[in-house]
Amino acid sequence: MTGPGAGAARPAVEVLLGFARALRAAGVPVTQDRSRSYLEAVAILGLDDLPGTYAAGRATLCGSPDDLSRYDEIFTAWFGDPAALGTGRAPATATATIVDLPLDELGPGEETSEGEDPVRARASAAEVLRHRDVSALSAAERARLAVLFGGLRVRPPWRRTFRHRRWHRGEVDAARTLRASLRRMGEPGEIAWRRPGVRPRRVVLLIDVSGSMSGYTEALLRLGHRLVTAPASAGRVEVFTVGTRLTRVSAALRHRDPERALAAAGDSVPDWSGGTRLGEGLQAFMDRWGRRGMARGAVVVIASDGWERGSVDQLAEQVARLHRVAHRVVWVNPHRGKVGYEPLQRGIVAVLPHLDDFVAGHSLATYAELVEVIGRA
Amino acid sequence: MDALTTDQLADRLAGTGYLSDPELATVTYLALRMQRPLLLEGEPGTGKTALAEALAEALELPLVRLQCYEGIDASQALYDWDFPRQILHLRALEAVGRSGQDVEEAEKSLYDERFLLARPVLAALQQAPAVLLVDEVDRADDEFEAFLLEVLATYRVTIPELGTIAAPEPPLVVLTSNRTRELHDALKRRCLYHWIDHPGLEREVAIVRSRAPEVDQTLTRQVVAVVQQLRTDAGLLKPPGVAETLDWARALHHLGTTELDLSSAATTLGALVKYREDTERVRAALDRLLA
Repeated sequence: MTGPGAGAARPAVEVLLGFARALRAAGVPVTQDRSRSYLEAVAILGLDDLPGTYAAGRATLCGSPDDLSRYDEIFTAWFGDPAALGTGRAPATATATIVDLPLDELGPGEETSEGEDPVRARASAAEVLRHRDVSALSAAERARLAVLFGGLRVRPPWRRTFRHRRWHRGEVDAARTLRASLRRMGEPGEIAWRRPGVRPRRVVLLIDVSGSMSGYTEALLRLGHRLVTAPASAGRVEVFTVGTRLTRVSAALRHRDPERALAAAGDSVPDWSGGTRLGEGLQAFMDRWGRRGMARGAVVVIASDGWERGSVDQLAEQVARLHRVAHRVVWVNPHRGKVGYEPLQRGIVAVLPHLDDFVAGHSLATYAELVEVIGRA
Repeated sequence: MDALTTDQLADRLAGTGYLSDPELATVTYLALRMQRPLLLEGEPGTGKTALAEALAEALELPLVRLQCYEGIDASQALYDWDFPRQILHLRALEAVGRSGQDVEEAEKSLYDERFLLARPVLAALQQAPAVLLVDEVDRADDEFEAFLLEVLATYRVTIPELGTIAAPEPPLVVLTSNRTRELHDALKRRCLYHWIDHPGLEREVAIVRSRAPEVDQTLTRQVVAVVQQLRTDAGLLKPPGVAETLDWARALHHLGTTELDLSSAATTLGALVKYREDTERVRAALDRLLA
């Protein structure tokens, strides 16, 4: 290894620009103007100032906490260990889950081709996990996936409200313009603008906790927790579990900490891994909550594989009833995304005509899609 | 202020009670020399806003602060015309009875600098050299970012009725972000980036000593040691920042505590952690930490 730091014979600009290139190869988006600023900064601090060179690069070449940890690795390879300089370390952020995956050794000055980009390979480990079927994961993978759930971007579906809100553009707010003008004794003045107000729509998640769904209930409850605790949709998401009976777990899931929330929800559900009486469960939901207002204008998500022990007719009737009241009815089926899947279960066949969306739900990627579907509703 | 070296800058900042690490001092120095905005990101409570305040004090410059929020627009950030006063002026002209002959002049007199309400960005340009703090820029909308980029690229503002106002010397701009959303890359490229991390044990002790000198020395050490432990291994939802450490130390001091014990720590936890789940966790961990 001929470290360029040792190559004092080489022009300084070449060493610095080479460093910027290595950084780019490692996945930090270093642009031309960034490397220019870097040279400028090092010129101000002086070439003999190694801690200064380190700090200047962090300030000019990096743009996010993810960049910083990569920067430190490449800097160590290129110039020497910055930790020995007594300066900063990479921040511990939410992205740490991706960072702690092993990184292949990247030699200094080694040109990394596109194909063997270590950073990309590292990112793809998380990517693979995103697409794995959650029921087939080991305990360690499940723990890692649980952290990835925290990164799901939840956007609530919006509905327009009756009242408008003031805004700096939009349509003319005649009433407020006139009132302001009256305050100035009739002088015309600034025009006030308004836009329609929006509020998050209610989302109701019904999770089938019967035996055939046991591999997916944990992931679905995690999803429920993300939805319930998303700041934008505060108090407007309800989660129920349906097995042989209907249980409301929204309050239990309201803990901010996912593990506690899941434990609390687990305690309150009496019918884990039993049979499914989805039709009865839905009827109970409609009679006790739905018709009174919870399902009205809401986005209702039913997560079930459609294996129905009870009467299929009852199930179809209840979903039809739900569909008439709700804004949108989404059915999530963990088997939908599998190769060769056909909607053959009697339950599914019966309810298909009454659904707005029928989506897969077996991996984190499909849950991300589901969140998108809910957000767009 | 260009005559300062990195170390002098760090010393001056320390003089105001802000203890910076060498890297931060270097980056700040570069921001001054290269006349680039400084973009600070980091966990809440790590002293991003405090740096801008300390800089203004250390360099003896006025601090102009722009707090960003959703829906902020140019008239709140840049300038606005003082409409009621313009009307009043017009009425006054009417009352004096000079109507008809010099319309143009009357119109012109309406767009005088005295009717201009300088909002923070314009005020900073006018008062330059100054420190302009654009706080929590991640809260503003995307279009505001584009607008900011334009101002930060040229340090001048064009007002159609008045002409261009340029800063004689560019202000030192400090942007802070809590990373509730990713800023646009174009804006980031204009700036020098710095991630402010939680300080290490010794530096945090020094910070508390300088910010809250009234607190007993042993208490300070104990408090900081506990907080540092909590940050690393208690798995809190919202790890306490330096601001919380200061609050906690002061709270304990007000209760007349000179040595941290279980009961005093338990009663003042509200100053340190702000979530019920966190409070429970810290309570559970206190035995172990104070042993």
